[in-house]
Amino acid sequence: MTKLLSSLFGTLKLYPTIIASSVIILGLVALSIYAVVAIPYDKAVSLWRGAEEIWIDTPRYAAPEWTNLFRRDKLPLTFTLYSDSENSVTTVGENSTETITEFTFTYDYKTFPREMNVFFDAQFDKRQPYIMIAWLTPDGREVSMFRGGIRSSHRYPISQDTSLTTHAPDQLPHVVLLADPASLKDAAAEPEVLPGEYTLRIRTLTFDEGSTVQSRFTVYGDVYGMAGTDHRRRDLMVALLWGTPIALLFGLFATIGTSILTFIIAAIGTWYGGWLDAAIQRITEVNLMLPFLPILIMVGTFYSRSIWLMLVVIIVLGIFTAAIKGYRAMFLQVKNSAYIEAARAYGASNMRIIFRYMIPKLVPVLVPTFVIGIPAFVFLEASLAVIGLGDPILPTWGKVLSDAYQGGALYRGYYYWVLEPAVLLMATGLAFAMLGFALDRVFNPRLRGI
Amino acid sequence: MEEKLLQVKDLYLYFRTSQGAVQAVDGINFEMARDDALAVIGESGCGKTSLIRAILRLLPRNVHTYKGSVVLLDTDVMKLSEERFRTNVRWRRMSLVSQAAMNALNPVIRVGDQVSEPLVVHQGLSKRDALAQAAEVFRLVGVSTDFLSRYAFELSGGMRQRAIIAMALITKPELVILDEPTSALDMLTQANIMNVLKGIKRDLQQSFIFITHDVATTSELSDRGVVMYAGHIVEISSAEQFYLNPFHPYSQKLMASVPTLKVRKELEFIPGQPPSLLNPPTGCRFAERCHRRFDMCEQEPPMFALEDGRQVKCWLYK
Repeated sequence: MTKLLSSLFGTLKLYPTIIASSVIILGLVALSIYAVVAIPYDKAVSLWRGAEEIWIDTPRYAAPEWTNLFRRDKLPLTFTLYSDSENSVTTVGENSTETITEFTFTYDYKTFPREMNVFFDAQFDKRQPYIMIAWLTPDGREVSMFRGGIRSSHRYPISQDTSLTTHAPDQLPHVVLLADPASLKDAAAEPEVLPGEYTLRIRTLTFDEGSTVQSRFTVYGDVYGMAGTDHRRRDLMVALLWGTPIALLFGLFATIGTSILTFIIAAIGTWYGGWLDAAIQRITEVNLMLPFLPILIMVGTFYSRSIWLMLVVIIVLGIFTAAIKGYRAMFLQVKNSAYIEAARAYGASNMRIIFRYMIPKLVPVLVPTFVIGIPAFVFLEASLAVIGLGDPILPTWGKVLSDAYQGGALYRGYYYWVLEPAVLLMATGLAFAMLGFALDRVFNPRLRGI
Repeated sequence: MEEKLLQVKDLYLYFRTSQGAVQAVDGINFEMARDDALAVIGESGCGKTSLIRAILRLLPRNVHTYKGSVVLLDTDVMKLSEERFRTNVRWRRMSLVSQAAMNALNPVIRVGDQVSEPLVVHQGLSKRDALAQAAEVFRLVGVSTDFLSRYAFELSGGMRQRAIIAMALITKPELVILDEPTSALDMLTQANIMNVLKGIKRDLQQSFIFITHDVATTSELSDRGVVMYAGHIVEISSAEQFYLNPFHPYSQKLMASVPTLKVRKELEFIPGQPPSLLNPPTGCRFAERCHRRFDMCEQEPPMFALEDGRQVKCWLYK
């Protein structure tokens, strides 16, 4: 065993590309496992299909946070503050309970955020809780904003509260709150951020026994999370993570389906010969004439765009391909070798001869083809999504690309939207191609360098 | 005569080609007893290999005619279905050391697995038990059991040949057919293999059929000689009779072509070449090249059974 391992590593040393590609592939596999564990399938689907309620805390078209590393003037981050026991003080009165929650944050970006919202989740029996909100600026001003009763699920959109902009009617409410008052006096000038520590103070009065109010304050910046968001405020991370297992499984199944079945069918046809071989050859010739893409488009348009149905169609169309002819030529040679005749003489069954004598002999030819085949199908899935045949439910890399394409991502400068899935696709293709070519050299000694 | 192990009656095997039927095996009759070693001798292309193909039913696709009866002890194997034949007769009762024995090992599985494969196929043995028996037959043919875990390309030609013989013996079949077991081997290895086979014959009372064009190497091993010419058997006789005093003119010429160590003699050859089996001559097929031919040779001679047990297909012995 140790001997085997050491010889294995000895071989690997000769092929650094195998190590590099294995690292990438293992990384992708790890990513897949993480995705499936961290976001269960149902959750991933509902997040990806999610209406605005799910993605209420994220901005549209936000670049990933790490893009700030490359900017001198950092773009504001998106963040949400939640009410909890640390930032809230509760005093119980005779008929009412008063809670004061203070959301304190430092804002020292050069630009303003896109939006600000306060959300409330209230529980009460008969009487509505009463809310009073105040805004405290670093230079000591206090702006009172909203006061009134709230429903059980309530949103106070700061950015739409025009009562805040009476002295600067051209500006947005949240800009007024964060701007240096001096810069607002001149209507023609650009408002400037007053950097420093801000506080949003929420005073909550509840009147029913056991009535509670949870509040949260969201500032929508220009960057969000590790992957950014798309036109529907969805975190692209969901699609990038979940796209990995889908892409790998799709590639793997499609390749197993096509190359391995093709291989076995070629072996069986060659061995039995006669009408079976002839039938396989004729089917192959007919299949070679069938237009692959138009059939997929027709299935997608008229029947279903489910990725698994597409997979089945791809496999069915992919079995009887030109490869069958190449394998057949090689199997014909193997079929007539002496050891096959010997196997026949000792009474090996046909299946035994095919699977124990013919196929193992040519497996070295199959393995590199198999490995190189995987990224081809990963790309095919992405291409189908881009031409509008992507799975309508599942988050995939292709769907992200498709959305980005339809959303004019490159035209509007949302490079991250295109680059993220593209880089993952390229990494996958590169890893499998490197592995395939290296394995080709391992199995085909004639290709080895000196 | 003792119990008959194999009786071949009126066996025909013709191949279909674009020019017509090749009459490779044309009405063969012979019998062999248990514990007998039969040498089938003849030039290349006289139908020796086709004969064993017919006996073992290893037929190519282009069979034209295939008829006759092959009775192994009490079963007429020709009447069995292909599947019954495969499971009950092949290797269980008759095994083959094929002509291209050097290449008859699967290059991608270990020799031990390959040699024990018949046991797995026919007796459903577990791999481990089968390997244990493979080790046994390896000792029998004198190959170190270390080689069980090697691949075919790691073995020398002689070892490969012995591994194949081991494989033929592993199921303890009633009859082992060896198709030119020593061709393509050097003299010393040939001698070694023949000694191995002699030992097996002595110790296991194994019945053999040798196919050979090399009269010298088989002379020690065979009990009886069968001479084939152009799809016919022309002489059947005991080894002693045959090697010392062959009767059929073809056999005589064949023996005269074998070099001997001590006696200086001019080696003889037979002018011309065997007739095409596509369209063999009527009458005696050897007539054209025969040095003792006479008028009768225009008609095909029957097999004449002589008093001393010989059978000769020649008008001279009428």
